[in-house]
Amino acid sequence: MTDTSAFPDLLKARFGEAIESSYVDAACTFVVVRRDTIVPAGRFLRDEHGFDLLADLTCIDWLERVPRFDVVYNLYSIANRTRLFIKAPVPVEDPAIDSMTPVWKSANWFEREVWDMYGLRFTGHPDLRRILMYDEFQGHPLRKDYAINERQPLIPENLPPGDRIPV
Amino acid sequence: MGIENAFGDSFISTRLNEAINWARKWSLYPMPFGTACCAIEFMATVGSHYDMARFGAEVVRFSPRQSDLLIVAGTVSEKMAPVLKRIYDQMCEPKWVISMGACASSGGFYDNYATVQGIDRIIPVDVYVAGCPPRPEAVLTALIKIQEKIDSKQAPAAQTA
Ligand code: SF4
Repeated sequence: MTDTSAFPDLLKARFGEAIESSYVDAACTFVVVRRDTIVPAGRFLRDEHGFDLLADLTCIDWLERVPRFDVVYNLYSIANRTRLFIKAPVPVEDPAIDSMTPVWKSANWFEREVWDMYGLRFTGHPDLRRILMYDEFQGHPLRKDYAINERQPLIPENLPPGDRIPV
Repeated sequence: MGIENAFGDSFISTRLNEAINWARKWSLYPMPFGTACCAIEFMATVGSHYDMARFGAEVVRFSPRQSDLLIVAGTVSEKMAPVLKRIYDQMCEPKWVISMGACASSGGFYDNYATVQGIDRIIPVDVYVAGCPPRPEAVLTALIKIQEKIDSKQAPAAQTA
């Protein structure tokens, strides 16, 4: 994999204050971007540095931290064989961020998954519906404050005596 | 050349329901409800090496209307539960159910927001098979247990639940 250590400075030169920090972990470069700049940063990396593939988009719930969530973008350049991670912190009070779908089409289903599992809204997403859970499901199960085994059955279930489903 | 020749002028007698049960037991039509890794092991059971055909159950139907043995092989999610129930309801009586593997029998290690903790919460089950996944021999044993149940004229779980 090509060296990615120049990207934090490249991004800082372009976006200044909006680049909050950067670090290296597991031989990968991570750049933390303010959430209002995430889409311009993505477009800049795609157009000028050949990151033609959004390999993954996911979310981390830190529960106690402020801001509580990180949206993580896993970018890859097929031509340069370069991988770069950009992250945007999102607070729980306003769980929303601009949709990356105008830049990479593959963001569509990833963002639906993050909405389904973590309840972050992606502003400008063309079709923000649940993708894994059923429509009747209440809440967002991968949030750390959602009880891990809180089930929401769609049809009545015979429970063994003494068993219960926490509601 | 038929079996009649073996009897010559003699005859055998039986009771009608025994003859019917004998036929049922050797011609089970399985409907696989495969939702996870256990379904792969079920394929091995039907394949030539273990060969479920030896027990008369090789005609795997993917239509519940043509089957009398439902084999639930895999993890059943809460989203899938209504589908499983409907497929079960579409099968004609008499019908039997094998719950194959830890997931189908108890939810397995998925004690989480998405997984039904055993299909017997939704439909009646005749035979449970332990294992993650069960070996093909275990699945064949379950089939033999169903055959024994048919032979013993015990009612299927579907009729006693
Ligand atoms: S019991 Fe094990 S092998 Fe079978 S579906 Fe569950 S996890 Fe897979």
